[in-house]
Amino acid sequence: MPRREDLKSVMVIGSGPIVIGQACEFDYSGTQACRVLRSEGLRVILVNSNPATIMTDPEFADATYIEPITPEMVERIIERERPDALLPTLGGQTALNTAMALHRAGVLQRYNVELIGADVDAIERGENRELFKGIVASIGAESARSVICHSIAECIAAVDTLGYPMVVRPSFTMGGSGSGIAYNEEDLRRIAGAGLQASPTTEILLEESILGWKEYELELMRDRNDNVVVICSIENLDPMGVHTGDSITVAPAVTLTDREYQHMRDVGIAIIRAVGVDTGGCNIQFAIHPEDGRLIVIEMNPRVSRSSALASKATGFPIAKIAARLAIGYTLDEIPNDITGVTPASFEPTLDYIVVKIPRFAFEKFPQADPVLTTHMKSVGEAMAIGRSFTEALQKALRSLEDRTAPFCWPGSPSDLDRQALLAKSSIPTDGRLGTVQRGLWAGITVAEMHAATAIDPWFLDQIVLINGVADEVRAVDALDEDILRLAKRHGFSDRQIADLRGLAEADVRSLRHQLGVRPVYKTVDTCAAEFAARTPYHYSSYDSETEVEPSDRQKVLILGSGPNRIGQGIEFDYSCVHAAMALREAGYETIMINCNPETVSTDYDTSDRLYFEPLSLEDVLEIFHAESASGTVVGAIVQLGGQTPLGLAQGLAEAGVPIVGTSPEAIHRAEERGAFGRLLKEANLPAPRHGTASSFDEAKVIADEVGYPVLVRPSFVLGGRGMEIVYDESMLADFLQRATDVNPEHPVLVDHFLDDAIEIDVDALYDGTELFLGGVMEHIEEAGIHSGDSACALPPITLGAEVIDRIRESTTLLAAGIGVRGLLNVQYALAGDVLYVLEANPRASRTVPFVSKATAVPLAKAAARVMLGATIAHLREIGMLPALGDGGELPPNSPVCVKEAVLPFGKFLGIDTVLGPEMRSTGEVMGIDRTFGVAFAKAQAGAMSALPTSGTVFISVANRDKRSMIFPVKRLHDLGFEIAATEGTAEILRRNGVPSRILRKLRDGTGPNGEPTTVDAILTGEVDLIVNTPYGVGTRLDGYEIRTAAVLTGRPCITTVQGLAAAVQGIEALIAGEVTVRSLQEYSNDLWDERRAAVLRSNGKPKLGEA
Amino acid sequence: MTTPAVLVLEDGRLFRGTGFGAEGATFGEAVFCTAMTGYQETLSDPSYHRQVVVMTAPHIGNTGMNDEDLESSRIWVAGFVVRELSPRPSNWRSQRTLSDDLAHFGVIGISGVDTRALTRHLRERGVMRVGIFTGDRSRESLDTLVSAVTSSPGMEGADLTAEVTTPATYVVPAVGERRFRVAAVDLGIKAMTPRLMAERGIEVHVVPAGISAGDLTSGEFDGVFLSNGPGDPATADSSVLLAQSVLAADVPLFGICFGNQILGRAAGLGTYKLRYGHRGINQPVQDRATGKVEVTAHNHGFAVAAPLERAVDTPYGPLEVSHVCLNDDVVEGLRFTDARAFSVQYHPEAAAGPHDSAYLFDRFVDLMGGGR
Repeated sequence: MPRREDLKSVMVIGSGPIVIGQACEFDYSGTQACRVLRSEGLRVILVNSNPATIMTDPEFADATYIEPITPEMVERIIERERPDALLPTLGGQTALNTAMALHRAGVLQRYNVELIGADVDAIERGENRELFKGIVASIGAESARSVICHSIAECIAAVDTLGYPMVVRPSFTMGGSGSGIAYNEEDLRRIAGAGLQASPTTEILLEESILGWKEYELELMRDRNDNVVVICSIENLDPMGVHTGDSITVAPAVTLTDREYQHMRDVGIAIIRAVGVDTGGCNIQFAIHPEDGRLIVIEMNPRVSRSSALASKATGFPIAKIAARLAIGYTLDEIPNDITGVTPASFEPTLDYIVVKIPRFAFEKFPQADPVLTTHMKSVGEAMAIGRSFTEALQKALRSLEDRTAPFCWPGSPSDLDRQALLAKSSIPTDGRLGTVQRGLWAGITVAEMHAATAIDPWFLDQIVLINGVADEVRAVDALDEDILRLAKRHGFSDRQIADLRGLAEADVRSLRHQLGVRPVYKTVDTCAAEFAARTPYHYSSYDSETEVEPSDRQKVLILGSGPNRIGQGIEFDYSCVHAAMALREAGYETIMINCNPETVSTDYDTSDRLYFEPLSLEDVLEIFHAESASGTVVGAIVQLGGQTPLGLAQGLAEAGVPIVGTSPEAIHRAEERGAFGRLLKEANLPAPRHGTASSFDEAKVIADEVGYPVLVRPSFVLGGRGMEIVYDESMLADFLQRATDVNPEHPVLVDHFLDDAIEIDVDALYDGTELFLGGVMEHIEEAGIHSGDSACALPPITLGAEVIDRIRESTTLLAAGIGVRGLLNVQYALAGDVLYVLEANPRASRTVPFVSKATAVPLAKAAARVMLGATIAHLREIGMLPALGDGGELPPNSPVCVKEAVLPFGKFLGIDTVLGPEMRSTGEVMGIDRTFGVAFAKAQAGAMSALPTSGTVFISVANRDKRSMIFPVKRLHDLGFEIAATEGTAEILRRNGVPSRILRKLRDGTGPNGEPTTVDAILTGEVDLIVNTPYGVGTRLDGYEIRTAAVLTGRPCITTVQGLAAAVQGIEALIAGEVTVRSLQEYSNDLWDERRAAVLRSNGKPKLGEA
Repeated sequence: MTTPAVLVLEDGRLFRGTGFGAEGATFGEAVFCTAMTGYQETLSDPSYHRQVVVMTAPHIGNTGMNDEDLESSRIWVAGFVVRELSPRPSNWRSQRTLSDDLAHFGVIGISGVDTRALTRHLRERGVMRVGIFTGDRSRESLDTLVSAVTSSPGMEGADLTAEVTTPATYVVPAVGERRFRVAAVDLGIKAMTPRLMAERGIEVHVVPAGISAGDLTSGEFDGVFLSNGPGDPATADSSVLLAQSVLAADVPLFGICFGNQILGRAAGLGTYKLRYGHRGINQPVQDRATGKVEVTAHNHGFAVAAPLERAVDTPYGPLEVSHVCLNDDVVEGLRFTDARAFSVQYHPEAAAGPHDSAYLFDRFVDLMGGGR
């Protein structure tokens, strides 16, 4: 059946900001879908609030709406665009829930929009637990015994049937949000209470515990001719009890016989048919009892999921792309398999390698959060590795995590280890448990004992025993020879691990290995285990005998990606890498991408000419460079775009002879090393906060006294403000240094005077050695001191005049020239008392590059890639990649205002304080775009899932230093009709300023004699619609903690800075005035470029900028 | 202690590895199988007789060996080539290790081989003869080993039916009420096949390949089944004659794999050797009547030559290609439009493989029950 001719336009909904449980895998899926739909000649209308996505680049859709993904906003877009169909299965749970809300509200019917990919009934059957259980029973399969509850009383009643422990799962939430395991009634009340809150239908499922069972997933696809194929099987190394997103997973399944696998496949196929997913994909999770093989169906997602992205990368079968084709009417046998080019997609990929995925966590950012892994997802990213054996893939995946504690190690002797302690620790699933298991097995714990403690399948444990055995051999041999090196390499050992085992330097192991000719070969991911020739060079390394890298006579450029997502280094960097690949491909280079993050667009085999799915370690990158140099000419490696990961490799790569293009490693060092940077600032006569570098408390104390408190302290060479704090006195300084264990002369601590009450400004610029192109100037809403990644910002800057922008341009030019930048430069400034201080300069792509590119309609990362390979800004202006005149610092007067807002994972880590500080904790961002700042800000808040109210009660509780600045905005809220609530002291100040307020009792005073609520009571019972709570200091546990926690629990917006309050008031005013407009990015972009062309005509072709 | 081993192809390419299972030297036709599950079924499939099977899945032996999943009473492969042999099996049904079973049946295995490189080699140059030499023999010169390989027999022209067929008839009783009695001619049958027929009320008489045509058409049997099996169909003249008699007597006939080739030859079509065959459990086959695609288990090195676009006239009426492999358009099924006979080139009994094609046994039941 060919594609449906009745469809002319399709709306695609993205997944919004990156949050735990819904990350950039949906950018990968959505981007693929948009590409496919456009190539089929359909008009694509895209809605996504996340500017850091590739899919929201204007060229991927016909009309791109960067708007909050709310039913109201999407309805307005539907009204404007009138699409024929809505494809909701590629934007995660967000898109699916939004589509269902639109259906329930009658919007789809009203505008005659057809839901494609999965219909309403199928979505209901797949997502509604009761219906789904019925489906499972109807096909003769089993579910876990369970009870649906809508209240705590029903939950308690269910204990009789199910017993403890039991699993609590709320309906219609993503990433397992709100779920957990209850071991007793207290647990049950707590988890079920939160779960009922989290579920949009106030519904939870309690079920019998299948903790410790083997866990599997199948990815299936079905077409409208009822053909069904299984794309991939995935086996979880961590058994049932740990969320799949937090589990180490392996593809394909490795511990099932054919009978057991085929039974699971039969059940999966029966389910996809019965649920009725008829033009797309689904993911089904299973549990198998390890001793009798009883198979239980856990759940299904009637849509593309995180696992589908993993399965696509693991098999080479692009699930989202095929799903989009099926949705518009094709059948599987009509769609070619891209990789072979000659066979159809109606087959089941077969793998001749093993894939291991390991999650990456960020508990170091949330020290108060519970680090035990449960059914509630906590990881923020993942790394995937491919090897020709499990041991090889596992060890590659562990080093791909870029956590130096992750790879296996064998310090000392096994007899030194405490077996009982290791066994006890192994039994609790946590980040890094596998390392404990490995050391425990090395210490002599048997596979049987370890299996009993962890329920990890003995096959995996035995493979770890095998790795330990190889480590012992490496240590025991008289000298390293070819045989032992080959053995270790086949099992995935890195040069560093071998060096550590032998007490050598990594470089010595490497040079010995090279002398002996022990090098990896590169195999191809081809969907068919080599049965057919592959056309797509999607490679992975293995220590095997035959390489498949094809020679090429084109000029090659290596692009180093950013590795697993983590807080501070996420999709924004992948965005820049993908843009470099696109721009350089267009410019005629052969682009070679290296990355190990399965969620990303960069690891789509379509993105670059060649893809190496490899760890971003020096060793792995050098081997790829060697292999590619042996088969052609590598003209350069790009390390500036993938964040700190590739930047950290620059020096080592350069020393090994890899040509680094763009800013040189020496220049990078000039910007990152404080002494050198300080001299540079001095020479350029640029002011910076007074500062110093300390390698002990005594040194830090002297510096702090000299520069004056408060001081900002942080370790050097970090991203995302890791370990950064504002310190107000000596005792806090002592406390910080005590916690920062790694401080020594090689890893010193930076101590800067902290500028109170300064405006923070973020700048992204491009420099080619002579000319500077100011990409964008962003004014932060929150004051300096809050990490730029967590702070909201506006572009164009809302309060900075042209004179300040000119000073920024001059300073940035001086910095770029002084550092020696060729490509992108990000500078953070603080404007205090009319002095423009330089806070820091990073000669690399920043987190804000995609936001700036979208706000100014200039492809900054593409231009940067070209500049790095020698193009001049003047040339890029000529070819129209950059505006002929001017830059992002001087936007046309009627340009829209864009606001970026951070999205924080507090809802996932109940119990942590939500106060913003210098350490970045956000996982993602959204953009609001409109005519004025107020509306753009309000949209950004709505996109960040804390929409501002337009009526109701506002609770105010602010620090003394903020009391003055709060009066005006609070008065305005009162005038706008809000009820103001406050604690006694604040209420009195408001009264004196003519603002009446309702007094709430302080938490410590308890509920009043007549039931008068405390602040926390009022928030928890939903009486408060907006919470304003600024902390009384920074860095310690505070009085406002319970207030903010209550806000997180109820999902109410909570503002923790006075600047945020002022912005919110502007937003609320705009919402009340009904000034919200809906316009596509393409329309905004066309206007901007029209203005730019008009400016060229006006200036009569005489450039007025960039000439000076 | 590890046993050194080498694998030598007749064109001189050599792979080193480690021996497991039995020791010594073995020869056969090198073929690769892309299934990710079911090595136990593969090993015990008589169709692999005289073949050295290269598994493309990297870990083999993970689930050990058990008594339930054997497809015959022994291991048939002439040699077994894997990338990684699991030192420890893990499965609740596992009874023995793969290594032990190979040793027990005297079958030589080699592990540590770059099976992907070997597969690509076979894909590009076609299947060829191979030898595996372990222990002392692995140290012999390449020339010696290659000449040993080239003097071993090839597959083309090999008549292997006599080596795999049952010596005497045995009966697999119908499950529940007996509706039909079928003679299953054992050309190398797998245990799952009679089991699936029995589940459909068929009493299966598994008969030796040497059975007479008269016994098949005497009226004792409601239908005749031609099984899978090893060897070159061009040599299977006696089986072809049997099939012709059954067709002439209008006894319902169903053939699979080798049986499909026999039926094709019985109808006057030719067979030919594929360059590297189809061996795996992920092959997309289209039923040309419905347009539906089934994911199927394959194990064939030969195929029937028949036109896809039109029916062929045969002494038994028109014959059409009912199924085709979407990867390469190889004929995967034949159906007489008038005579009561059909066959498929693949394995509806799966084991190992997906169960998508089990409906073909229902079709056989319908055919015997008077349907078309």
